[in-house]
Order: sequence, then structure tokens, then C-alpha cells
Amino acid sequence: MKAVFKREFRAYFQSPLAYVAIGAFFFVAALLYTIGNLLIGDGDFVNILSNLTFALIAIVPILTMRIMSDDRKNGTEVLLVTSPTTTAEVVIGKYLAALCVFLIMVALSTIFPMITMFYGTPSISAIISCYVGFILLGASYIAIGVFASSLTENQIVSALITLVFFVFMFVIDALVAVISGWFGTVLSWLSLLSRFSPFSLSVLSLTSIFYYLSFIAVFLFITIVSSDRRRWKSN
Amino acid sequence: MIEISHLIKQYGDIHAVNDISFTVEDGEVLGFLGPNGAGKSTTMNILTGFIPYTSGEIRVNGHEIMEEPEAVKKMIGYLPEIPPLYMDMTVKEYLFFAAELKKIPKAQRAGQVDMAMNLLKITDHSHRLIRNLSKGYKQRVGFAQALLGNPEVLVLDEPTVGLDPNQILEIRKIIKKLGQKHTIILSTHIMQEVSAVCDRVVIINKGHIVAIDTPENLSAQLSGTGALSVTVIGPEKEVLACVRGLSGVRSVKVSTDKGDNGKVYEIVTDSNVDVRKTISLALGKAGYPVIEMKSADKSLEEIFHELTTEGGKK
Repeated sequence: MKAVFKREFRAYFQSPLAYVAIGAFFFVAALLYTIGNLLIGDGDFVNILSNLTFALIAIVPILTMRIMSDDRKNGTEVLLVTSPTTTAEVVIGKYLAALCVFLIMVALSTIFPMITMFYGTPSISAIISCYVGFILLGASYIAIGVFASSLTENQIVSALITLVFFVFMFVIDALVAVISGWFGTVLSWLSLLSRFSPFSLSVLSLTSIFYYLSFIAVFLFITIVSSDRRRWKSN
Repeated sequence: MIEISHLIKQYGDIHAVNDISFTVEDGEVLGFLGPNGAGKSTTMNILTGFIPYTSGEIRVNGHEIMEEPEAVKKMIGYLPEIPPLYMDMTVKEYLFFAAELKKIPKAQRAGQVDMAMNLLKITDHSHRLIRNLSKGYKQRVGFAQALLGNPEVLVLDEPTVGLDPNQILEIRKIIKKLGQKHTIILSTHIMQEVSAVCDRVVIINKGHIVAIDTPENLSAQLSGTGALSVTVIGPEKEVLACVRGLSGVRSVKVSTDKGDNGKVYEIVTDSNVDVRKTISLALGKAGYPVIEMKSADKSLEEIFHELTTEGGKK
């Protein structure tokens, strides 16, 4: 697992991928902060962070699009599979690498509330709570991205699948509101965004934390199983 | 020891590998021979645990590949047809990564990587990006990867394909050297490679085994009868009658007519008798001069061709 993690993490910074993703995220964050906080003299960073979840929709697919598909395209999958390292270790190692790049992004964005702190006293607990939610949401998005990437050997297709998933996540709450019965209930289980709201209201909801962690675990599990299954079927 | 029994791999209705059984003894270099698409790579991919089989059994030192994949994978070093290289890594980084993947203890990694790089003569290129290496060097890096962890078994899928003649010789030398300590299965469709490095040959075609033997036996066995090709000037009927009457001759037939330069007769003889002198004298005495006489023993190429074309139709 460590070997895969180290390789993938380095690979992010050897290609423009990590820089593009981090740069784009930082740019959007700075833009929102300038418009939403600085220019109107508002100190509410929680609001900015909540809006930044939209940026993840574009950035996470960039981060995860090649993570599984590249090995299939380049034939390096053979090395991973025929070594004594298990598929679970490979998938988790790759996931953690993407997660770490994401955490770097998040860490860089903390500069904005820090700037605010020079000039006022924003509620630190509210900001931390919102960050916890933001990280969990992002981590769940990445799990979806890793799964999508394991479905294809084409990066673009992988990114598009991820994007479709995310768009679906956005309409899900609207759907839940109109669809009643068991289907509506099942859909509501998938709603990542509705679990984010407590965090933005500075509530560290254990249910939500547990929900996100299970969501990630389930998606990584599906990724592991589907990667193995695919080799069983085709090739 | 590797025991493969009744191995079958099906893709839908197509049998890529159809009931293959053979064993490879410790320290043996086994050549896996067959035309493109015969099922060589499929068999190797199954043996190394990359893809599962449909039915059958593969045991490496008693461990079944599907039951104890990790134990088996630890014993096998695999160089696939396309070396599994990360283009964005340097040679050294890549080999260290592979060593870690193979769960080689940290203390031994540097030693193993150095050993592999020395053997494949890539030490001078250890800091180059794999992307920038030539095809031959990429192949070597892939080969070095297979050696990490000093696995008992090496599975090499067409290790010399696409290399220049000097590199081919060099890689063969390395395989021969490794064959002293490792069990090696190597696939190829090049005959010289088999006679050059292999102790035993498995020829497969369309998923079936068509022959298993040593390269020498294979030549002898398949051309178990001697064969001569003789060009004689003279009336066909008489020449045929004359040759047929000789002892040691099994059959005679005309293969080509060269007009004024005589006719070429294909003569099959018992393998243990040299009938050249008798034939020559008998024909000379009858007044039909022998223009040319040559042994028509089959080369490994011809055997291969025979087995994988006619043999395959059976």
C-alpha cells in the first residue's frame, strides 16, 4: 500500500495534474473570498467554503481521472496484479494519494480565514466544523472518482463518468423531494450534499461523519471488487 | 516445480487455452513455442495470476495459484510481452517501487536492485527517465523488475522481441545464466532461441499442446525416418523401379520435373541406414546419372511449421 501511495503521490507532482488542480482550486477560493468576504467586508468564511464545494465538482475529476485507468492503458496493471500486493492495497494506496493532494489544497485555503482573523474575530469553531464537513465531502467525491476511473481505461471517459455522478448528486435532493416511497428513501441515502449542511451550521454531526466514512468505504470496496471482477471477465 | 494440469481458458465460446497439461522441473528452462495467437501469453498470464483460468489447476511448488495467489506470486518473476513500466519514473525509482510492491524487506531492496541492474547492464542508466530509454533498454528494465526478490520461477513472455541482434544475443546469454539457478518458462516464436537456451520445448497451437520434448529429440522424432532429395536424369518409371528395389528405402516419389536437368525424387529411408551410396551406385549402374543428392532432414522451423499447420487441423 505504501509503495503504491508513494508512487501515485509523486506522479501527481511529476505531471501538471496536481498543480492544475491545486492552482484552480486556490484561484476559485481566492476569487470567492475576495468577492464574498473582502470586498463587502464580511467575515463569514463558512459561506465561502460551502460555495467552494461547487469547485470540487470540476476539480475532483481532474484529480482522479487517470488514477486507475492509466495502469490499464499502459499495461502497468500487470505489475500491480502479479506482485504479492493485493488489489485492496493498490486501490487504497491510490485513494490515499489523491486524498493527500486534496488535503494540500484544503490546507492552502486556510490562509483566507487566517487573513480574516487579523482583522476580526470569526468563529473559529464554525470554520473548523465546516472544514471537517468539506474534507469529508471531498474525500467521498474522490472515492467516487477512483471508482469511475476503475471502470475505463480512458481518462476522459473516467472524468465524464465522475462528472455525471456529481451532477446526479446535485439533483438528488430535488428528486428526493418529489419522489415518495421506497425509491425516494433509497435516493436519500445517496445524498452526499444534504449531509454537509449540519457542518456548515457548525454542528459536528456524528451521523454525518459516520455516513461519509461508510460512503467512502463502500465505494472503495466496490472499486476493489469491480477491478478484480473485470479481470475475471475480459482480457 | 510447476504443474499445470488440464488448464482451460474460455472467452465466451472461444477456447484460448484448451486442456493444456505439462510440468516444469526445478532448474529447467522451458521454451513455450507457438504461432501468434496460440495461447502462449494467455497461459503465462494465468500462470502468473494476472487472469484467472476457467478450469484446471496450476501448482507452483505445491501452491495452487487461485487458492494461494499471494504465495505463488511471491515465487514468480514476470516479464510480460509489453514491459509494465512507468514512463514518469527513473529506472532506479521504478525498480525500488517494484521491490516494495514485491514486499522485499527494506534492508534488502538496495542490494536486490543493484544486483538486477548489474546483471542487465543498466546501472549506467539508473537515473534516466524510463520514457527516454530505447526499446532495448526498456526491455531490460522490465527484465530487471522480474528478477527482484530472487524468485524461483521466471516467466518471460517473448523477452527478445523487437531487440536488435546484439541485444538478442545478450539477453539470451543472461537467460542461460539465470537458468542455472532459476526455473524459467519463456515464450517465443523464434526457433533459434529455443535451440539456444531451452532444455525442453512445449509447442502449442490454437490452445492445444502439439508436442513436448527436448529440441534435439523433437528434431529426431519428427524426422524419425531419413529423407533424401535426389535429382536424377532418366526415365521416371525406370528410376522409380530401380530405387524402390533397394533395401532401406521406404518410399519414393517425384517432386519436381526439371526437364533436361532431370527430375527430383523424394526418397524416404529407414532412419538407421545410410542408403546414399547404394542409391548412387545402383542408379549409376543402370545408366541414370545422379546430378544432385542432399539430405532432407527437417529443421526445427519445418517441424514447427508442420505441427502448427497440419497438426492444428486435426
